[in-house]
Amino acid sequence: MKKKTFLLAMVLLSCAMVFAGGSGESDSTVVKIGVFEPASGDNGAGGKQETLGIQYANALTPTVAVGDKEYTVELVLADNESSNDRAASAAATLINAGASVVLGSYGSGVSIAGSDTFRVAGVPVIGITCTNPQVTEGNSHYFRICYLDPFQGTVLANYAYNTLGARKVYCLAKLGDDYSGGLVNYFVEQFTALGGEVVSETFPEGNSDFTSYIANAKNGGCEVFFSPVSTEAAQLIINQSASQGLGMPILAGDTWDSNVILQAALGKDVDITVTTFYPEGADPEFDASFKEWVNADSTRLSNNGGDDTISAVTAMGYDAYYFALQAIQNAGSTDPADIMEALWTTEIDGVTGHIALDQVNGDAIRNTVYVKHANTETGGWDALPAVVVD
Amino acid sequence: MDREKRNHLIRLFVAIAAVYGLVLVLELTMRPTHMLFTVLKKGAIYSLVAVSMNLLNGFTGLFSLGQAGFMLVGAYTYAIFTMPVEVKASERVYKYYDCIVGFDTGVFVGLLAAGLAAALFAFLIGLPVLRLKSDYLAIATLGFAEIIRAVFQWDVLGPLTNGANLLREFKDLSRITFPFTDIPVPQTFFVFVVCGICILLIVLLINSSFGRAFKAIRDDETAAEAMGINLFMHKELSFVISSFFAGVSGALLAMFQYTVQAQQFRSMLTYEILLIVVIGGIGSISGSCIASFLYIALSEWWLRGLDMGTFLGIHAEHIFRSGFRRLAFSVIIMLIVLFFSRGIMGDKELSWARTSARLRRIFRKKEAV
Amino acid sequence: MADFFHQNLSYFLSGISVGGQYALIAIGYTMVYGILRLINFAHGDVFMCAGLMMVYLSASLPFAVSIPLVIVLTILLGFLIERVAYRPLRSAPRMSVMISAIGVSYLLQNAALYFTGGLAKVYPEIGFLARSVDIWGSTTRMVTIVTPFVTIALVFLLTFLIKHTKIGMAMRAVSRDFETSQLMGIKINRVISITFIIGSLLAAVASLLYFTNYASVTPTSGSMPGLKAFVAAVFGGIGSIPGAVIGAFIIGICENIIKGGASIFGIPGSGWTTFSDAFTFAFLIVVLVVKPTGLFGEKSVDKV
Repeated sequence: MKKKTFLLAMVLLSCAMVFAGGSGESDSTVVKIGVFEPASGDNGAGGKQETLGIQYANALTPTVAVGDKEYTVELVLADNESSNDRAASAAATLINAGASVVLGSYGSGVSIAGSDTFRVAGVPVIGITCTNPQVTEGNSHYFRICYLDPFQGTVLANYAYNTLGARKVYCLAKLGDDYSGGLVNYFVEQFTALGGEVVSETFPEGNSDFTSYIANAKNGGCEVFFSPVSTEAAQLIINQSASQGLGMPILAGDTWDSNVILQAALGKDVDITVTTFYPEGADPEFDASFKEWVNADSTRLSNNGGDDTISAVTAMGYDAYYFALQAIQNAGSTDPADIMEALWTTEIDGVTGHIALDQVNGDAIRNTVYVKHANTETGGWDALPAVVVD
Repeated sequence: MDREKRNHLIRLFVAIAAVYGLVLVLELTMRPTHMLFTVLKKGAIYSLVAVSMNLLNGFTGLFSLGQAGFMLVGAYTYAIFTMPVEVKASERVYKYYDCIVGFDTGVFVGLLAAGLAAALFAFLIGLPVLRLKSDYLAIATLGFAEIIRAVFQWDVLGPLTNGANLLREFKDLSRITFPFTDIPVPQTFFVFVVCGICILLIVLLINSSFGRAFKAIRDDETAAEAMGINLFMHKELSFVISSFFAGVSGALLAMFQYTVQAQQFRSMLTYEILLIVVIGGIGSISGSCIASFLYIALSEWWLRGLDMGTFLGIHAEHIFRSGFRRLAFSVIIMLIVLFFSRGIMGDKELSWARTSARLRRIFRKKEAV
Repeated sequence: MADFFHQNLSYFLSGISVGGQYALIAIGYTMVYGILRLINFAHGDVFMCAGLMMVYLSASLPFAVSIPLVIVLTILLGFLIERVAYRPLRSAPRMSVMISAIGVSYLLQNAALYFTGGLAKVYPEIGFLARSVDIWGSTTRMVTIVTPFVTIALVFLLTFLIKHTKIGMAMRAVSRDFETSQLMGIKINRVISITFIIGSLLAAVASLLYFTNYASVTPTSGSMPGLKAFVAAVFGGIGSIPGAVIGAFIIGICENIIKGGASIFGIPGSGWTTFSDAFTFAFLIVVLVVKPTGLFGEKSVDKV
């Protein structure tokens, strides 16, 4: 009897679901933009902040003119869970939902892992803050509006060698993570070219005990601790460096430009410097209205990490949305193939600067890296001189 | 062969042919990016690995939790074998290492190599661990899967495995064509054919004298030994064959995902497959297959709405937010485990006679009401 | 030698402290296995839930209230899991119970994922435990020093309970022979409930110590410590409490030595850190193959 009920329930459920789960056929005046971002996992915090930027831009400009018709923009969100093996199915969800163009992702690994699913479906993707070169290399559907790791790594290595005067650096990356692994690789290349020495290690997935790595850095006589890992690991590293008395500056890349880091560092004896895409205060108008928007809703506030600090990824997400709108407008169509074609020549002036793409891989042409230092007393960022490379 | 049995076989063959025909027709007529195909492909792949696990756990009574490790071996072997030489030589995939593999092979050689590599690993691992009993065997195989994962991530082996980084641009589903032509193979159909052949081989094995020996071992080891069955040899055989097919399914998973990375083959993957086997019914091949498709369809497709704000037309952004799908899904699994602990099929197979009898009974009851 | 210890003290300190925390979790595994022959896969997740409860409760309550409350709630959780997910399957095949344990583990992780919104939660600093101290030249947290003492004290208490009380005797009887003890009038369900209560209590204490040291809680925070504690339990001979504790300390220390390998032994190349988790399993397999019942395990006799 039990089994029969069960079978019957299963059959009914299946029938109901086939209809419920079917992709919504799109309305003729709606254009869908997919948001391929992590909302959970290692990079959940950053992904949520990037998504906020996109949502804010969407709230400001909910329509786009295609030809002579006004289309409503609908955001479709899919959580890639910061996990490379979930990336493909999140990407398939977006494609199934009929996204014309996709934005994302925070985290290079998931971007690379999801890339081929988009390629096969012929849907263009605009990478927002995925800095690893492999994201756009050798394909024509993945674009990106931020700078790349070889550039960021070089700037960081120069900073460590010249500004901090370090000659031996401890590098810590996460095993199998394209972002931290790639950035460390480019950092090491440049730093050793300058004549410095590095100790490079990786930690496995799920590790939360960093005390031994910190001890390795101390015992190895290193002068700078370079660890461009996810914010989730960063919290632990900051916390444990303070209690273990690390006693050297910590240097990291764009992921660390987050209020998660500020909150972890508040009141602790740590010295943290990060490189990033956008310094708060560069566009006061954007800052003020974004803060107002975030503070107006408790969900937005908690997605932003509990306060109204503006992360660079939020500003980048905001720009990415307008970049996508511009491309749709230029294409004069909502067809993914037309948008892909139009993206190559799209240009906008965003809050993070002028954005135009090169014609090789579709990467943004950028020459400025902003540098920030965590203020452990006020819990805010202090801006350091930006680095401009010609 | 008596008539009854022949009729049964013919009906079975017709039913299977109909399913394959339907898949082919759907694939040629529908939008290829439809979620249905994702579910069919992944479901078929999971069916294969679930059946291979069932061969061990359900038919031989060996409680092994090493499936994820063997899938990893298969996936990596396939990816390394079939990645074109020029990709290997370029910086695109092997970014931080120089690939030492100087050849590439076709899809079938790759799939076969994937299975053989997994089988080889299983053979070596089986020598020490198959002497262990029940839970200890489970833990040891789980441990070996973790060790395999660490070895494949080791940067000393980087020139072979690309360290812990992604492998891609091998012959994945979007890059396979009919031999000597440029016509792409229908993806879902291809997966169905490969999985179908593999599952057929497993079924034939189970119905052979080896299969009877496996079942004897499952039911009573001591009795089986007394009957003259070489325990260790048969256990090792079952373990190696099961791993061979786990390796093939790992390769198919890599093809389906377009990329592969050691990180994903955690013990959670094994648990997932074990859940499928149990939901389908331990000792039932058709149960494993049905459960795989249901499991994948629920988790990838039907319950997606729970994560995205709207489900069955109900719109509630604050409840249906990211993570709700998995929560709802795990509640469903718990209910099945607690109230239907024998699974969908128990240890029976799907058969026309049983199904029609059951349907008749259900309808009769309805009429009576 | 003294010099070597002095130099690498921080690795040993980390190892001993994390070992103590594993030990507390491992006791929960080993006791449950001893009585039910069940690998309670959900135990690591109970530990994680205790951490999350602390995060939420301490936000509005003082530690003097929130800490006892966390312990009570964790015990309740452990008790409920046994009641709802394991007891109905008492007569089912062992595989079903194990699947149920995996299901509960899955459920707890996903519930945590949903309620935390998938983000890491910062664990509160418990004043005294989180203080930094200097020992013989290395800086560490108070909790590192406290953990081994707490662990050993609790183990002694537990051993006393098992050896010299009525309920302890019942536990030993049940783990020796489930059916006979039932016939002798021992209330099996009560004994099992108490086992789960003790296990959860220790997991709650372990979570206080562990998360004070590694101050962030994620839905998967419990799985690795859980798995390692379980390995420790098998390694020490499952069912044996001293075995589990010794196993846990060995695993904790070895793991940290591997992470520090390059620095301690001056081995160039650092690929070994990849194996800090896998090592645990390699160790386990060697033990299982050489001595299948673990260090202190009882010999099992096959009955035909």
